[in-house]
Amino acid sequence: MLGPDLAVILPEIVLSLFAMGALLGAVYTSKDGLAPALTWGTALLFAIMGVYIAITGNGERVAFEGMFVDDAFARFAKVTVLLSAAAVLLIGQDYMTRNNLLRFEYPVLVTLAVVGMMVMVSAGDLIALYMGLELQSLALYVIASLRRDSVRSTEAGLKYFILGALSSGLLLFGASLVYGFAGTTEFAGIIGTAKEGEMTLGLLFGLVFVMAGLAFKVSAAPFHMWTPDVYEGSPTAITALFATAPKVAAMALFARVVHDAFGGAIGDWQQIVALLAVLSMFVGAIAAIGQTDIKRLMAYSSISHMGFALMGLAAGTAEGVEAMLIYMAIYVTMNVGTFAFILSMEKDGRHVTRISALSSFASRDGTKALALLVLMFSLAGVPPLVGFFGKYAVLLAAVDAGLVWLAVAGVIASVIGAFYYLRIVYLMYFGEPQEGLDGTMPFLPYAGLMASAALMLLGVINLFGIESPAAAAAEMLLR
Amino acid sequence: MTIGLEHYLTVAATLFVIGIFGIFLNRKNVIIILMSIELMLLSVNINLVAFSSFLGDLTGQVFTLFILTVAAAEAAIGLAILVCFFRNRGTIAVEDVSNMKG
Repeated sequence: MLGPDLAVILPEIVLSLFAMGALLGAVYTSKDGLAPALTWGTALLFAIMGVYIAITGNGERVAFEGMFVDDAFARFAKVTVLLSAAAVLLIGQDYMTRNNLLRFEYPVLVTLAVVGMMVMVSAGDLIALYMGLELQSLALYVIASLRRDSVRSTEAGLKYFILGALSSGLLLFGASLVYGFAGTTEFAGIIGTAKEGEMTLGLLFGLVFVMAGLAFKVSAAPFHMWTPDVYEGSPTAITALFATAPKVAAMALFARVVHDAFGGAIGDWQQIVALLAVLSMFVGAIAAIGQTDIKRLMAYSSISHMGFALMGLAAGTAEGVEAMLIYMAIYVTMNVGTFAFILSMEKDGRHVTRISALSSFASRDGTKALALLVLMFSLAGVPPLVGFFGKYAVLLAAVDAGLVWLAVAGVIASVIGAFYYLRIVYLMYFGEPQEGLDGTMPFLPYAGLMASAALMLLGVINLFGIESPAAAAAEMLLR
Repeated sequence: MTIGLEHYLTVAATLFVIGIFGIFLNRKNVIIILMSIELMLLSVNINLVAFSSFLGDLTGQVFTLFILTVAAAEAAIGLAILVCFFRNRGTIAVEDVSNMKG
């Protein structure tokens, strides 16, 4: 009886066993000496698991009486999470080694966080949702403060921990109200009770609290205040992780909760999601203008991008979910490339993150500058790059759902946001000549940067065919 | 007077609000924030157990056990990070957690 259930969660089991084995293995042998091999092994395992899930996944399978769902939607999110986490481990390895941060705990904790994310996107029950979310968050709190002799890193970890725990509390309080007023914690049961116009006040309160908790996790305004500090304080390779995999997982979880559990009451949550989207887009676009640190800038950029992804969700249609998934996949690819570049920003052997250090960078290394230019244009959503198609998809979904005002607001925010991306490009090409960055870029980050830029250019042909799996995933979720 | 579901829910909601205010209004010590977080999680547990008993359904109590376990892990990690922070900064006053302005 347990066999079929275990077969469904096989990828999660393999990764958890790997994490525990790696921890024991490293503790009893050469400790940090094993870290480079472990990082490579973890990245390889992530990639294998991603491909395995993409190839073998088929139909919808349910384990543990509905607690854990393995459907096309979960698989799309899992593949994105696994591949982006693998890419981040690889591009960050050199930075971690040079800064003496490559401890064996790092790949182990990343693995545990990824297992948490995989449980999150597969959750079919409030308990599974909470356990996945906490497994992910607890691992991430620790790696945010991985540089434990630095005030900034530990402060980032502390802030992340406090606000993360607060958001978990809000989410839990909502979950308890939903349980009480729906009589069950299973999404399949909640959707039977939560019908549009018939929601009891308690259920409505529960929904709002759960959404507030999830908004913290995706760093949507007005619950975004932790993001800039955590991004700035954490070691850059870890910031790259924060900006990619957890965002996809939290966004997918958001979609699963509002559609799988509250799909019958779209009108009740649509306005909240739309409000979160508008606030995030504008806060991200406007607050980023004054930033002088590129990691803080990327934090506000991610807040703004989450706003756009939420716009797709606010549409409340299969088309909207599809647009949201495509948007997240594109966003992750762009961020991997951008952070590959940020990781290599060095001057006199020290890592610098000041934007002004990029001044006249193009005259020193034209190829990398060109790649960053492509990524910045793509992040800003300039046609014909792939980033534009992501924005186009969510805007179209919002218009088709009758949310024209939201789409108009999105276009305005996107224009404001373009300013700071273009400022970086301006600095690189026309900035005052100065003693700028002099670091060399090792092969892996270089490959990451170039591959990401190339994807942004070549993807315009057919987006590498991610549209049909995204459509299948969205259809599965709304069925 | 019999004590019904609504009394339990009121107590839980009050404790939860005290917890939230403890996080935002407290200007003194990070330990107090950790206590407030614990208070929030425990108020949720009261909610769940009250609902569980009211509905005659065990799921809520199972959920409570999970939350208790996670809360213990969370407190351990929070204190560990706080110890690291104290070693670097020499203080755990809330107003000194301000190296970066957010």
